[in-house]
Amino acid sequence: METNLEINGTRHRLDIDPRTTLLDALRHHLGLTGSKKGCDHGQCGACTVIVNGRRINSCLTLACMHDGDEVTTIEGIGQPDNLSALQAAFVQEDGFQCGYCTPGQICSATAMLEEVRNGWPSHVTDDIASGAELTDAEISERMSGNLCRCAAYPNIVEAIRKAAEKSA
Amino acid sequence: MRAFDYVRADSAEGAVRDAAGGAAFIAGGTNLIDLMKLEVMSPETLVDINRLAMNGIEDTADGGLRIGALVTNSDLANDSRVRRNWPVLSRALLAGASGQLRNKATTGGNLLQRTRCLYFYDRASACNKREPGTGCAAQEGFNRILAVLGTSEHCIATHPSDMAVAMRALGAEGRR
Amino acid sequence: MTEHFKMDAPATEHRLDDMAQGLVGAPLDRPEGPFKVTGTATYANEWQIEGMVHGIMVRSPGNSGRVVLANRDAVAAMPGVLAVIQDDRLLRNPAQGTADAAPIQGARHADYTGQLIAVVVAESFEQARHAAQSLTVVLESGKTVTVDPDTAAVEPQEGQAVDQGDLESAMRDAAHRVDVVYSTPSHSSSPMEPHASIATWDGDDLTLRGSYQMLKYNRNELADALGIHPDRVRIISPFVGGGFGSKLGLSPEAVAAAIAAQQLGRPVSVALTRPQVYEATMRRSETHQRVRLSADGDGRLTGLGHDARVSNLPGETFAEPVLQASHFLYAGSNRQMSLDLVRLHRMCAGSVRAPGEAVGVTVLENAMDELAHEIGIDPVALRLRNIPETDPESGKDFSSSRFREALESGAEAFGWADRPGLKERREGEWLIGYGMASAARINVLMESQARVTLLPDGTARVETDMTDIGTGTYAILGQIAGDMLGLPRDAVTVVLGDTGLPPAAGSGGSWGAASSGTSVYVACEAIRRQLAERLGVAEPDLMLKDGRATYANQTQALSDVLKGDEIAKLGHVTPGDTSKAVRQATFGAYFAEVAVHAATGETRVRRMHGSFAAGRILNAKTARSQCLGGMTFGIGIALTEEMAFDPRDGHVTNHNLAEYHIPVNADVPQLTVALLEERDDWANPLQAKGIGELGICGAAAAITNAIFNATGVRVRDYPATLDKVIAGM
Repeated sequence: METNLEINGTRHRLDIDPRTTLLDALRHHLGLTGSKKGCDHGQCGACTVIVNGRRINSCLTLACMHDGDEVTTIEGIGQPDNLSALQAAFVQEDGFQCGYCTPGQICSATAMLEEVRNGWPSHVTDDIASGAELTDAEISERMSGNLCRCAAYPNIVEAIRKAAEKSA
Repeated sequence: MRAFDYVRADSAEGAVRDAAGGAAFIAGGTNLIDLMKLEVMSPETLVDINRLAMNGIEDTADGGLRIGALVTNSDLANDSRVRRNWPVLSRALLAGASGQLRNKATTGGNLLQRTRCLYFYDRASACNKREPGTGCAAQEGFNRILAVLGTSEHCIATHPSDMAVAMRALGAEGRR
Repeated sequence: MTEHFKMDAPATEHRLDDMAQGLVGAPLDRPEGPFKVTGTATYANEWQIEGMVHGIMVRSPGNSGRVVLANRDAVAAMPGVLAVIQDDRLLRNPAQGTADAAPIQGARHADYTGQLIAVVVAESFEQARHAAQSLTVVLESGKTVTVDPDTAAVEPQEGQAVDQGDLESAMRDAAHRVDVVYSTPSHSSSPMEPHASIATWDGDDLTLRGSYQMLKYNRNELADALGIHPDRVRIISPFVGGGFGSKLGLSPEAVAAAIAAQQLGRPVSVALTRPQVYEATMRRSETHQRVRLSADGDGRLTGLGHDARVSNLPGETFAEPVLQASHFLYAGSNRQMSLDLVRLHRMCAGSVRAPGEAVGVTVLENAMDELAHEIGIDPVALRLRNIPETDPESGKDFSSSRFREALESGAEAFGWADRPGLKERREGEWLIGYGMASAARINVLMESQARVTLLPDGTARVETDMTDIGTGTYAILGQIAGDMLGLPRDAVTVVLGDTGLPPAAGSGGSWGAASSGTSVYVACEAIRRQLAERLGVAEPDLMLKDGRATYANQTQALSDVLKGDEIAKLGHVTPGDTSKAVRQATFGAYFAEVAVHAATGETRVRRMHGSFAAGRILNAKTARSQCLGGMTFGIGIALTEEMAFDPRDGHVTNHNLAEYHIPVNADVPQLTVALLEERDDWANPLQAKGIGELGICGAAAAITNAIFNATGVRVRDYPATLDKVIAGM
């Protein structure tokens, strides 16, 4: 079925099986393999992309449900010679080892920082009626939808905090 | 995942009409697509209701809130009125799932989600909930995550929603 | 030209201490980092190959019987389906690490639930997935088989047994003793990238783009499985999305992809689904362990007993080496150890990060904590009192050990002196406790080769079939070559993960960095000798830095010295006498602070510190990351990780990342790591030992010992989930 997606600022017209997830549309049909398939069931976060400004698991949504939507993938966030502040911080702080969860971590963190700017509370926020500071505990909690078996978590927290401080 | 007809509803009436005869509604899809991939659920028609205007949170005359079925978990948890006046609901939502899932999962879908019983998810196991009459493999299986109260000899599944618990505590009602 | 080096004598020359370039040891960023953070590093199932089709594997629904595909023809006729393949060459289970030959094969008989017995190939992924799910698999003439380790028949592992002195008497006569039984469940490696392979044939030549840790072995395993010559097989694996043991040996999807691609004459991709990764790759065996410790009035061990029971599938020789570090970690002249293997029809057991020590040291360290409590002395003091002078069983010297310093400096760094008394500290609803444990892991050197080429422009290229599974190989091999050849890090290109390159030791057993690093070192030494010869100076008088050679008061760019030539050397290291002459091991210590909720029994790790000594650290940044990863595995073992097998048919009930609970970001505090300076001359010319697994070897015990300190509850049945903790409170 025909689906139009605006991916990283470029419009793509796809004619695909309705069963195709957004993740498989990216990986199998558009050659955008930066978004990873770790579990295919919304459990690991490796497939995280940003749709209309919000981070979601692209494995758990059908491409055809996103006709006309704006999708940002890791390929749209930065390139090896033009890294975003978060991407550069992940390299400096060793916020990854094998690298497989990394694009998802970075897409997730990019949108997560926006959530914090917008005053969204989290499970560890003391006073949910007001906003939250970007403490290590807040970063850890908000990034817990992105698993990392190499367990670069302390470095991921460090990278996100440093990148956020830099851009603040 | 079995092949299905995909229909995008543009009105509630149209959605109901399209759904006649075994279709499933899809909103966030975070539970339904999971189950469809495993063929635990295999609707012949999928009616996408995401574009219906059911994503508002309105004040009611008696000082309550009317929450649209398509309000996402994130939007409900972050609503300033909920955070101020019904914080248990925010807390319950924020205790569940992940940021990514809460951005997709909806209020209606959260209530209608299926159990996480490992045997319900496993098509090789007997499950009265998945296939009534086949038995309950969980009774003698690995069941430490399942119910100890309110069970029967037919099923020991739990409902997985944290949000629903808060809704019950607050005396929430489902209305058309 | 090959430079062969056999490790027969201690390498007392510490060249890497003072190379002018100063790269080795420095906390340099990973050179491949920019690709990983932008999604441009290509993993196995990401190669875009013209005409590629998709295969999905099909599992056995039961644990015994002849496999019949009841509706095979109907499935073959489904839309897009190209083939339904049930082939005798399919693997029953993955190959064990370093197997070098195919494991048991055959898809006509099922031996465990979840065994992959067929592959369905279709034009699209969606078609293949549905067709695979539509296949009705029936098992005929199955037998009732054992899935319960408590009732299975026992095979003693004679080679592992120790009987020294008289432990029974020592226990009887001891001033203090503990005799405890612990159990640990099966663990899953759970790498983030599922196992995947893309097979393409060009005539009789097979190229497999896979996700593997040890390519030279994997090539032979794949060739053997298919019945072809290894020369016909090439495996490409430049980026591996985590392995942790599960990608040591060839796994079922590789053979399925190869068979399907050959049959169809098209490239075929086969990726395991996440449940299949859990059900059909490797598990760490569950263990049942009894530890006996006897001590005199001063807390000196007089006896140490460790008896363990592990399991595996019929026909598999691997038995989790639970006792591996118990042989040498502590003194005590009366020693008795045994390892029993039971045969179960559960999925295959094999290496999961730090096989043996990950669970063996953990339980030994729990028992030591119990002994310290029994005696009434500080747990650190008990360990310090029992560090052996020499290997307590063989009498051999340790190659090097900073065990004592790790315990002492770790305690200092953590603030151990502030440890509360038993059940003494409470903050609101949280009970606070400190715990500690020792770390120990054997050290191994393996045969490895690498080619280093100094190019005419004065840059260098390192080539080997070594893999980087997140361990930092790209970084450290470039640092070693850069130091030895006097080149900035950016002037060295490291090419890995292709069996067309010289065969390396592979990534596993913590031996990868030291073994492949030594091969690079050996090649570079040969290049240095040739440069010196060209310049007419003695090699030790040659100083190389920033692409320039300095000698006899002259300096010259390497490109000028080379005059348009290149110098290529193949470095080849093999283990020698030093592997047997001494006991080689790495040591460390963990310290943890936990908070246990007084009402729910939930445990949160608040702080955790590790101090480790592993010879020369090649890159302080990547080595630290390895330790973070190991310690986090320890958090998982302590609190959440458990493969839950159905008691009736032995299938893995929690076969996904939602139900098998690996630690998430919120479960892990900002861990701290200290790497102690050490040189191990007996290990290799780098004086480096393995660091990839040390961080897990006992880590969980620091946490469960802290739970005891907080609550007085000993959970001897891992993991220490809240229901077990609260039951004791």
